[in-house]
Amino acid sequence: MTEILVSYFIFPGFLFAAAAGMIASWIDRKVTARVQWRQGPPLMQPFYEIRKLFIKETILPADGSPWLFVLAPFFYLASIVLVADILFLALMNPSLGFVGDLIVVFYLLALPAVASIMGAAASGSPFASIGASREIKLLLGYEVPLFAALLVPVIKSGSISLGDIIIYQQSYGALAGSFSGIIALIVGIMVVQAKMGLVPFDAAEAETEIAGGCQVEYSGPLLALWKLGKMIMLVVGPLFLVIMFWATGGWLILTLKYVALLTVAILIRNTNPRLRIDQAMRFFWGPMFIAALVAVIAAWMGY
Amino acid sequence: MEKDKNMQEPKRCVIPIGPYHPLQEEPEFFKLHVDGEKVTGIDIELGYNHRGIEKLSEAKHFDQGIFLVERICGICSTSHPFAFVNAVEDLAGIEIPERAKYIRTVVGELERVHSHLLWLGLAGHFLGYNTVWMWSWKYREPVLDIFEKISGNRQHYAMMKVGGVRRDIALEDMPWIEKTLDELVKGVDMFKGAVMDDPVIWARTKGIGILTPQDIKEYGGVGPLARASGIDEDVRRDDPYAAYNMVDWKVQTWQGGDIFAKAVVRILELYESVKIIRQCLTRLKTAPGPFDLKVKEIPAGEGIGRHEAPRGEVFHYVRSDRANRPVRHKIRAPSYVNVATNEKSVIGCTISDALIVLAAVDPCYCCTERVAVVDAGSGKHLYNGNDLIRLSHEKTERLKKQL
Repeated sequence: MTEILVSYFIFPGFLFAAAAGMIASWIDRKVTARVQWRQGPPLMQPFYEIRKLFIKETILPADGSPWLFVLAPFFYLASIVLVADILFLALMNPSLGFVGDLIVVFYLLALPAVASIMGAAASGSPFASIGASREIKLLLGYEVPLFAALLVPVIKSGSISLGDIIIYQQSYGALAGSFSGIIALIVGIMVVQAKMGLVPFDAAEAETEIAGGCQVEYSGPLLALWKLGKMIMLVVGPLFLVIMFWATGGWLILTLKYVALLTVAILIRNTNPRLRIDQAMRFFWGPMFIAALVAVIAAWMGY
Repeated sequence: MEKDKNMQEPKRCVIPIGPYHPLQEEPEFFKLHVDGEKVTGIDIELGYNHRGIEKLSEAKHFDQGIFLVERICGICSTSHPFAFVNAVEDLAGIEIPERAKYIRTVVGELERVHSHLLWLGLAGHFLGYNTVWMWSWKYREPVLDIFEKISGNRQHYAMMKVGGVRRDIALEDMPWIEKTLDELVKGVDMFKGAVMDDPVIWARTKGIGILTPQDIKEYGGVGPLARASGIDEDVRRDDPYAAYNMVDWKVQTWQGGDIFAKAVVRILELYESVKIIRQCLTRLKTAPGPFDLKVKEIPAGEGIGRHEAPRGEVFHYVRSDRANRPVRHKIRAPSYVNVATNEKSVIGCTISDALIVLAAVDPCYCCTERVAVVDAGSGKHLYNGNDLIRLSHEKTERLKKQL
């Protein structure tokens, strides 16, 4: 029991994931700044911001439902930390029986969006309700190609356990090296971009349109939880792709691979305008779904 | 009767864009009536930024008035003085020296360059493309450097003066200015290539917020907004002033009236402006004479002045009774008519599109405001000038205590 609690709250769960998330967030902001000819923040900036939000006032919306409003960010953070915990554990010791399989991770990765929608619905703001409706549409959009893309490692390794998929790749080479694997990885990069809420798929928070969308009414510590969750999402998203498609090498190589995928996400974010929600859905149901299907068929045929 | 009408209206969801919203740098209120993501109606409410410039101007003499109207807007900070001196010169029948004409034109066009670059950057920001924002503003820096060289200020150049300009452009600065313009054009070329051929940008801007030439005529739209709908109008050519009829340039128009067309027109105008500035600088090297007539007296009468500001035609009317200050000073800025066209262009768009459409007119609200603080019930004016001064004194005292 103690072991599970330590694993969830300290290492590699909450504390470790939060620290990693802050570093990822700093990389995101620094690279973005350099692309945009700016200086960028110091390494500790994400930490300062979270710390400051924790000493700020919490304002509850007058015409919302306060319990749901307060619970939603905890739910959000808890589910992301759980995914982070499962992913790190699987990476550290792939042969360790059950630490969670692909199906668990797949659904846990959908929970943050659900929590977002809950929080938005509880805040009684028109901006948040538009944000929530966009979040739902986006979720419906990207889950289909993501599911198809994740079939590729399942077909190749013959298992739905994360550990087995990692072990398979360590003995037979990374999936990204195969035809089906690389296509599925590209689909995965796009889906993870949307899961992380980055441009071009940030319609649900779209600052200049709906002023932050789902989280528009949040302030103080509750907003800090959302922000922290988003930072950890920057770790979870690319790390999930590394495990699924590119899990070869020691921890240093794996870290570098993670940073490479994170950088790809940051570059996509900085070289595109925001897509309208209907365009984003069309993108996922059209080209991305077809690409994922091609990858699945290729994987069946052994490519 | 009216109450019945209201009751029959179906309940609609309103998305408030403003008075404070990340889309806007200035307070302004657009109520978007939406059905899901689709915009079905818009109410435009002005009046959050009113400063009583016209009334203030009646208390300032003609020389001070120029500094006052310069502060109507930080972006068009030479458009209003330009139109104002045109109006006063029209009133007094003054013909300014050739050198002053060229200098005025250079300043007016440099302002257009920096204003268009500023809008392009903001348009990128509104689309969530912050890299475009930062790059565009980086390319805008050399223009501000040129302003600093000419006038000592990056904004608020204070170059206009009744009867001429306040300072000369020195001969030894010209090679540097021309070199900086070369760099600017290189930057704009690259920027244009990277942005205007991007398919994702096309997806967000083409066919969105279309204004037909008929709409423009009905709403009286001006400036790049009208030219993007294929309407060939430009005060610089149609009613020439300063040196605009002495140099070679073309009015740029584009067909379509969508956001992409508005961006294209502004980019094409950048090149035209640089062309005008280059010609003016060449002529300035040899243009003789004073740059200021040192006008002392303004006769009684009335005059109008116009200038093609970056956002369209700005209009000033001045009436004088031979005193040293105007009896009436009327200002109409381009955004006043352009903002109203939103009524036509946003209906039927999705919310995402509606917001970039709102921004595509390049609105400048501080030029647009008209307001009075009244009690809606009794129609009584709530504050006079002394009350406002008293309130601000009290607030300053309060803040001092807190420090």
